[in-house]
Amino acid sequence: MITTGMEDNFNYRLWRYDGAPGELIPLLQSAQDHFGYIPRRAISYISGVTGIPESEVYGVITFYSQFRLQPMGKYLIRACAGTACHVSGSKTIIETIEDEIGIEVGGTTEDGLFTFNTVACIGCCSLAPVIMIDDDTYGRLTPSSLRKLLRQVKRKEQRATATEAEAGCRDRA
Amino acid sequence: MTKVIVGMGTCGLSAGARQVYEKLEGILGANPGAFELSGTSCIGMCYREPLVEIRSGGERTIYGGVTEELVQEIFDRHVRGGEILEEHVALGISEGEIGSGSETEFQSLQEKIVLRNCGTIDPESIEEYEKAGGYEGLRKALLELTPEGIIDEIKASGLRGRGGAGFPTGLKWSFAAGNDADKKYVVCNADEGDPGAFMDRSVLEGDPHAILEGMMICGRAIGASFGYIYCRAEYPLAIRRLTIAIDEAREKGYLGEDILGSGFDFDIKIKQGAGAFVCGEETALFASIEGQRGMPRIRPPFPAEKGLWGKPTNNNNVETFANIPWIIVNGAGAYAAFGSEKSRGTKVFALAGKVLRGGLAEVPMGTTINDLVHKIGGGIKEGRKFKAVQMGGPSGGCIPADLGQTPVDFESIPATGAIMGSGGLVVLDDTTCMVEMARFFLEFTQNESCGKCTFCRVGTLRMLEILTRITKGEGEPGDIEKLVELGEKIKEASLCGLGQTAPNPVLTTIRYYRDEYEAHINEKRCPAASCEALVDFNIDPEKCTGCTLCAKNCPVDAISGEPKKLHVIDNSICVRCGKCITSCNFDAVYKS
Repeated sequence: MITTGMEDNFNYRLWRYDGAPGELIPLLQSAQDHFGYIPRRAISYISGVTGIPESEVYGVITFYSQFRLQPMGKYLIRACAGTACHVSGSKTIIETIEDEIGIEVGGTTEDGLFTFNTVACIGCCSLAPVIMIDDDTYGRLTPSSLRKLLRQVKRKEQRATATEAEAGCRDRA
Repeated sequence: MTKVIVGMGTCGLSAGARQVYEKLEGILGANPGAFELSGTSCIGMCYREPLVEIRSGGERTIYGGVTEELVQEIFDRHVRGGEILEEHVALGISEGEIGSGSETEFQSLQEKIVLRNCGTIDPESIEEYEKAGGYEGLRKALLELTPEGIIDEIKASGLRGRGGAGFPTGLKWSFAAGNDADKKYVVCNADEGDPGAFMDRSVLEGDPHAILEGMMICGRAIGASFGYIYCRAEYPLAIRRLTIAIDEAREKGYLGEDILGSGFDFDIKIKQGAGAFVCGEETALFASIEGQRGMPRIRPPFPAEKGLWGKPTNNNNVETFANIPWIIVNGAGAYAAFGSEKSRGTKVFALAGKVLRGGLAEVPMGTTINDLVHKIGGGIKEGRKFKAVQMGGPSGGCIPADLGQTPVDFESIPATGAIMGSGGLVVLDDTTCMVEMARFFLEFTQNESCGKCTFCRVGTLRMLEILTRITKGEGEPGDIEKLVELGEKIKEASLCGLGQTAPNPVLTTIRYYRDEYEAHINEKRCPAASCEALVDFNIDPEKCTGCTLCAKNCPVDAISGEPKKLHVIDNSICVRCGKCITSCNFDAVYKS
């Protein structure tokens, strides 16, 4: 039986591909869901199965902003750069994030914790300026409330790592 | 039984609706059968989210700014005790008439056709949609009207495309209907890419069946049996609700073969966009559905002749389709009764920016900008001065406050140099620099230009470079003339709507705010005190705690002060990097 879960599975989609046109973008989307980004080998798989040259697959990947060729951090921070957020000071918000986590827009922190991007509009204009951390939206931010928020996430992670390390020590003991 | 309904649109969820819903689930768990709990989508009053409605009989009470604590109180006093908590009521509706509440003004000029079900029904339940009169339009279209009859009705209603260009919908349908082919397609453009616009998102999230029904009626009218909804991937909730709606409609026999015994077959598939603004242009959108880079092509041939997969295709925007079932049920005359002479019906606007009440408002065409900003929007935040509205996003322009009496319709708005656009209306106050605003939009279109036409690809970059220079205080005499010349050429020599409209924000701001450009270029001054390179940085003595953080972060040691005492910025040393603003934990640094 075919279930919804299988429909989303990259390998299943590749296997089921029947030459129907227009499947390249959905294939790339499921590859990205599967790997978190589109690795080199996924391009080869897709090209091999669909017969679309790798160069053309690469062309489609780089055309659309959704696709990533690099792995992503544990948390994806997306700062809204829409009009309403812009007039409410999104530039300062973006600079604050860059300063707090030490990377520029489009980058991933060395510890693999954060990836930072901007997005054209999240659609919560009445809460501007807005950012998203994964699927959660945070609105009406100021530089100081934003720093607090980011530090909270960092602390949560540090605590989690510390607990893990502790648990590891106990296991060894 | 009393119903408790929580607004669970994207805006509600980001304001904390999920926590409120969970709290209510907890209360319901402890008091089984006390009320019926459900979710709905955007109620429109985004500025008052989270919103919770208590509905019993014909009485509806909508509470605004609901917290977890308030929910308990509402349950104890209102649901249990029947007492209305007046001070928290956003809107009280009795037998369909708005009576009380703090937000009656926001609703005052509104007429809801597109948003008829948004915020009142559960979008994940086809039964609720049917109860609200859903699929009656389809029934009438399939069983009582001929395809020509449907097109005549839409033509008579005067409906024009709500995506922005305003092409008469009935006429468009008749083109696709007139071309014979073995296959035809209906496409719904749900790739709402304008930054600052969220009307389509709210309809997709709040009333997905209305869009499906509109597409089916269109399919019947033009003789198509398959439809695509091209929705942007940044709207996960919309995609989820559409998927549920399509499954439900299939189960109930509204989609599939021999629908309602009429012999008409129709099915719909969702295609997720992958993030490209240009895909809002129809030929680029088709290329994207076909799995290619979303680049536009020359028209003619028009989509009605050769569209998706080379077949006759009719493409309309979300809001256009949402109007269709209402028109078929209530008749063209009822629809044409709203609006102005050449622009019939209503239009949904997304009010945002410096306006006090930001949200979704559906008003008859021809309502003035002033009414939208002051009556519905409640004026400007923090009592500041209304400067302009930006309409039409990156393809549109800025309309200054003294043209506030302009009615919003397809004739009057283009006369100002802006465009109707899809309905984003961003309100600007006197702290917004118009040159910076133009630069912002150009940066967006420059980024999103697909690169096919030289004028759009290179021209917008040159314009952006000039604008960036001006906002940095490095503008030169002759820059304004160069911008106008480049802008006009880009408009003339670009293939698609993106390039043809990209210079609009620059050209309209030059038209109405030339003095601001001149102040930047000649006096190296930003009248709105917004462009960082041209303003002074100051520290608010009320807020500064003397934590020394700004001084430590300043790369040129322009900030001095003793620990725990007020700090001062020496603007003759300052390089305007903005580090002090972003590093201050008390938001004490400001520009002037």
